[in-house]
Amino acid sequence: MNTQEHAVGQVHRDDISSRMGMWLFLFTELMLFGGMFFLYSVYRFTNAEAFHIAAKELNTLIGCFNTAILLTSSLTMALSITALQKDKKKLSIFFQLLTIILAFGFLVNKYFEWATKFDHGIYPGSDTLLAMESGEILFFGLYYVMTGLHGLHVVIGAALIAVMTRLTAKGIINKDSFVKLESAGLYWHLVDIIWIFLFPLFYLIA
Amino acid sequence: MHKDETHQHMHGYGIYILVWLGLLTLTGVTVTVAGINLGAITIATALNIASVKSYLVLTIFMHLRIEQKVFRIFLVVALFFFIISIVLLFADYSFLENY
Amino acid sequence: MASDAIAVNGNEKEPSYLEYTGKGRGLKSWITSTDHKRIGILYLCSLLLFFAVGVVFGFLMRLELIAPGRTIMDPQTYNQIFTLHGVIMIFLFVIPGIPAVFGNFFLPILIGAKDVAFPRINLLSWYLFVSGGLLAILSITLPGGSADTGWTFYVPYSVRSGTNVTYTLFAAFMLGFSSILTGLNFVTTVHRMRAPGMSWFKMPLSIWSLYATAWVQVLATPIIGITLLLVAVERWFGVGLFDPALGGDPVLYQHLFWIYSHPAVYIMILPAMGVVSEIIPVFARRTIFGYKFIAFSSIGIALFGSLVWAHHMFTAGMSDTGQFVFSILTFLVAIPSAIKVFNWTATLYKGSIELGPPLYYALGFIFLFSIGGLTGLFQGTLAVDIQVHDTSFVVAHFHYVMFGGTGFGIFAAMHYWFPKMFARMYNQKAAKVAFWFLFVGFNTLYFPMFIMGWLGMPRRYYDYLPEFHIYHFISTIGSWILITGLIIMFTNLIRSLRKGKILTEQNIWGGETLEWRVPTPPPHENFEHIPTITEGPYEYKQNEEPQLEEVK
Repeated sequence: MNTQEHAVGQVHRDDISSRMGMWLFLFTELMLFGGMFFLYSVYRFTNAEAFHIAAKELNTLIGCFNTAILLTSSLTMALSITALQKDKKKLSIFFQLLTIILAFGFLVNKYFEWATKFDHGIYPGSDTLLAMESGEILFFGLYYVMTGLHGLHVVIGAALIAVMTRLTAKGIINKDSFVKLESAGLYWHLVDIIWIFLFPLFYLIA
Repeated sequence: MHKDETHQHMHGYGIYILVWLGLLTLTGVTVTVAGINLGAITIATALNIASVKSYLVLTIFMHLRIEQKVFRIFLVVALFFFIISIVLLFADYSFLENY
Repeated sequence: MASDAIAVNGNEKEPSYLEYTGKGRGLKSWITSTDHKRIGILYLCSLLLFFAVGVVFGFLMRLELIAPGRTIMDPQTYNQIFTLHGVIMIFLFVIPGIPAVFGNFFLPILIGAKDVAFPRINLLSWYLFVSGGLLAILSITLPGGSADTGWTFYVPYSVRSGTNVTYTLFAAFMLGFSSILTGLNFVTTVHRMRAPGMSWFKMPLSIWSLYATAWVQVLATPIIGITLLLVAVERWFGVGLFDPALGGDPVLYQHLFWIYSHPAVYIMILPAMGVVSEIIPVFARRTIFGYKFIAFSSIGIALFGSLVWAHHMFTAGMSDTGQFVFSILTFLVAIPSAIKVFNWTATLYKGSIELGPPLYYALGFIFLFSIGGLTGLFQGTLAVDIQVHDTSFVVAHFHYVMFGGTGFGIFAAMHYWFPKMFARMYNQKAAKVAFWFLFVGFNTLYFPMFIMGWLGMPRRYYDYLPEFHIYHFISTIGSWILITGLIIMFTNLIRSLRKGKILTEQNIWGGETLEWRVPTPPPHENFEHIPTITEGPYEYKQNEEPQLEEVK
């Protein structure tokens, strides 16, 4: 367990520490969304029928499509690390770029999805929404907040991967030192896991 | 610092693709099952499938399977905190009478 | 903790952390430093400034309450002042108090490391802390004024209040993240950077408590982060989340708020318990009694403390089963706390006690914390809680725990480690005089609150019935005594920074933990050679005399 350098002045690098720090940060993210899952579970419990009705507004097909996109982006992210470990720098960069493109695709989909809701007059504070039953107002409140915060994480994750791609191209991230890429990957997979739960809880309860 | 300690062995491309296929299949299953009216266990089924999918992502994509044991213990601690909080929350809400 | 590797520095003395400036000079060498010791000092300075502001607000509140009716301010100002007093004291003083100041400074030294695992993130957490603090305080000057919701931001009022609640919410959010980053750093550091031979059960007890605290910081803080963010979103966009007008459930807000804010109480008290566990064996010259019990009770407190949050809400409309479950869990958390108190007193028993200033404050901690803890059990009892809920009894209870406990813990830590941090000795007599002012003032200030709360005086009220006048009057007098004590204590410490006797001794109190084995003040990299640990942290040898006498 004790991995400190014993000689004075030597550069200290401990990849396990870096990954441990990243995992602890992921737990923080987990509980950040966890707070909203608490809200969701209680409100769904107390407004089961209204949630059921409100969910009919959501487009299961777009949800499915976005799930597939995110799962695939997780795959390309994981592949990029293996490629780098095998010293295939260009392949790794290709997979990283593919991940960013998929993230972008997810966001475009999300944009059209939200835009449709806005067209139907369903947005926070709108008259259509306020005329609905209180359970439905809560459903859409949670829908916007949870998918919105998740979307924000997709943006941050994609930006993070873009930075990693640059570092890989420069050779700072390489076969022997790729813990930064791994950490970005961990973050990306967490974003995926959150979506794995958001998808059935919002799109599949109609 | 020993080199072999930080440089874990790695997964090949193949296993990632297998897991990806598994994840897509499970997504298909969960959508299909949602179409059938299972009553009270609908939500349980959906959450169970989501948990299996997360397990795959955690162990393979996120390397937990080949990571040091302490990482798995950490995850258990975090999940325990999350789950016990939900359980205690429902220790209140499931016994409220005016809902 | 004997070790062959630590030698007293010979002629080529390494520069101490106070001299080593790194890239810049002057202030820049401090605010850009990633040295955990310098960051600890940065935290100390900023924290004490915020504390001073909090004390002034507390003083003004007490002054307003000295007589019924209007005394010096109008009700709206009073509401804003008690809100800021709460926000500042909780988020800017008590929560970061020990981990961010003394944890940062001493955790790496105590486990034989050169720094924390992520030094740059450590500095980032200080910047978040200062920005959050300034945001909270500066919101007073903005049109609309600072929040008037109380530090709990209960909905629906916090959604509807016309004051600048959003700024305060964001301030709390940033301070939360600062706290998370500190916790993340400490968990990783303790896991990865212990010196060779320092197994878990050879760690000093303060490390156990900081470690347990760090986990609570990492896991519980994000929940309040998201909850406060959701309130802000509800204020901005009118998203229906908590507001009952939109179908929301305000009691659920309280649940989410306390899922963090109750464990936060243990974030506040656990590190102080760690400090006391360090001080008691040093000044009793005895091995700590029941090391493993104290270590595991820290974990136990962190665990059970995370499961009792809803005892803040017994009268808010919970189900009977919910109340019952949370009441039982509340009683369970008293067990590990009591274990610690019994072990400390058992350590003192038959010790050769040296009544130094740090021990004064540590004993003050035990006494005041015991009163605070036991009155906590009153409120955990469902029937009694209905009588005392939202009265000044609760105010007295948490001030006994948070100020009498953690506050005195911080003062104890300051007096214990001050000589090591600054290589100067303060006037010990003045420190003891200050203690008695603080102790007497504290009890005069808060004990009457128990009585009037029991008689029905509600908390946070601007005005009161004449029958409560005498208690409020005594309480306000107490606040003056307390502030006198604070002034004596800080004057003594600050004066000693320049005029105190210069120290070169490594070990002035005769402690056995690692910080007393490095030069005073610690060099930039803490250790010339990382020590190898062979013994537990409190193995006192009979023939070792403390160097305390030379200092006097």
